[in-house]
Amino acid sequence: MAKLIEMRATWGETMLELTKTHPNVMVLDGDLGNSTMAQIVAYNAPDFYMNMGIAEQNMMGVAAGMASVGLIPWLSSFACFLANRDLDQLRVTVTQPKLNVKLAGHYSGILTGKTGKTHIDVEDIAILRALPHMTVVAPADSVECRQAILVLTDMPGPAYLRITRDATPVIFGEDYRFAIGPVVPIREGKDLTIFGTGVQTTRALEACDLLASEGISAHLVHVPTLKPIDVNGIVAAARKTGRVLTTEDHNIIGGLGGAVAEVLGQHHPVPMKIHGLQDCYGESGPNDAMLEKYGLTPKHIAAAAKDLLSRTR
Amino acid sequence: MPIDPVMKRDLQAKAVQVRKLILQAVHTAGAGHVGGPLSMVEIAVAMYFKILRIDPKNSQWPDRDRYVLSKGHSCIALYATLALRGFFPVEEVFTYDAMNSRMQGHPDMTKTPGIDMSSGSLGTGASPPLGMALAAKRLGKDFHTWVHLGDGEIQEGQVWEMAFVASQYQVDNLTAIVDYNRVQQFGFPKDGNVRRRVNPLVQVPEKWRAFGWHVIECDGHDFDALIPACEEAKTIKGRPACIVAHTVKGKGVSFMEGDYNWHAKVPSPEELAKALVELDAALPVAAG
Repeated sequence: MAKLIEMRATWGETMLELTKTHPNVMVLDGDLGNSTMAQIVAYNAPDFYMNMGIAEQNMMGVAAGMASVGLIPWLSSFACFLANRDLDQLRVTVTQPKLNVKLAGHYSGILTGKTGKTHIDVEDIAILRALPHMTVVAPADSVECRQAILVLTDMPGPAYLRITRDATPVIFGEDYRFAIGPVVPIREGKDLTIFGTGVQTTRALEACDLLASEGISAHLVHVPTLKPIDVNGIVAAARKTGRVLTTEDHNIIGGLGGAVAEVLGQHHPVPMKIHGLQDCYGESGPNDAMLEKYGLTPKHIAAAAKDLLSRTR
Repeated sequence: MPIDPVMKRDLQAKAVQVRKLILQAVHTAGAGHVGGPLSMVEIAVAMYFKILRIDPKNSQWPDRDRYVLSKGHSCIALYATLALRGFFPVEEVFTYDAMNSRMQGHPDMTKTPGIDMSSGSLGTGASPPLGMALAAKRLGKDFHTWVHLGDGEIQEGQVWEMAFVASQYQVDNLTAIVDYNRVQQFGFPKDGNVRRRVNPLVQVPEKWRAFGWHVIECDGHDFDALIPACEEAKTIKGRPACIVAHTVKGKGVSFMEGDYNWHAKVPSPEELAKALVELDAALPVAAG
């Protein structure tokens, strides 16, 4: 059984680590520090932390102003607020002027601690991917999350990091090194290619075991960077098997499935299936029940893989 | 206290030049805003010719004072002022709204020298100046940041988010200027008359005071009032300052003043000629 770690805790600890090496880093908190773990910085490096109150639109603009003067602000809030509530501020004062603002989108996807539909964000990838100059990253586990924070902090320009709330399996070793762009092959296979992003990649990995037990060999590729998308890596992985399944804890419109379809439709058309939230909002409920009802378990991914195979064999 | 009369005459002459450039540029472009830009002329001239610590030859100077025009639709007034101050050639103002021009319809900091922040969606320009002011404190820099808001614009909630947070952090290196001309793009009927439309927002100074700001009211077209107000704002410690500048939309052209229809209307050749005659007549005459 893999070790389980909360990505949000890793975020807080990594931000604290950054304050030792990056004097210009500043954590701006939308008054959720004890949910997002920005409190780790607030308690241990208070000079690097500012509560911006329950005022996300202002927070986004403040970050833009700070970046214009040379600070590296990391905004910490729920994904739903960063990608939705202050979208206009993000667009006009951050991505249009290409300012060096980093967004930590916590509580992404449907597992948000029973908060229900308002705090569940299954549109963030679609929305943020559509913004010119934006980089969008969804790490699979805490190791990759830490790596991505370090890389994005040193990358000039706006970026969004998709972070989840509860403990999830660690699939990468400590020697793993994240880079913006390249897809990451996780398991070799020949019958179909599965692309996963974020924590859903860890569920896809379990799905590969289920499929293997039925004699199906799945080629699993993790897509940590939704934008800029790795065109060559996606085409190469699709070419290996000639069939593509995408899976994500996000709406089936505009997310990983959309990004992969945009690539393959133009460069290497193959039969494809997009698995994820079926264009619906979430609700309150325990994690296992949520994954079951909204069809995101390894079992559901395996079923989607078999459906694709049955249509194309 | 009144300012030096020679300087005042010089600033007044600059204001006339800016007003003429605004009307000529909008006329040439066949598009753009008129009423709001004319309302802010003295404020922009006071800033760039007297108040701001800037270097037109080095628009990215890290220690410069920052000025953000949050009511970005009025940017033609800022372009005209920046040009007269030497940030770029005056002729370039006439490329306003043209393809590939640095004179964009709303301010774009990636294109125009002297623009410290992109703006245009009202309210969004209010917060970056707070970030600049906080960053200045954090980095030990002594520059002052100014944010120029429209009185219509302060209907946007983001402005009040900013007002709260700036007050909470006792940001005294930030000054807001509200261009209080009491007219907006379309507005609300005045005294039940649907053809006479205004911004009904009242108690503007009281609102800023309630948020913990030091408020200074002044005539936004009188340099004798405006410049001392700006200087006072810079001396306030422990809280941000807000200058509520009483202005007239369309100021300087009799048939445009106070009329919402001139928010974004292009003057005809006849209207332009008439306006330019009025503006020339307003040129200050040297005493004695």
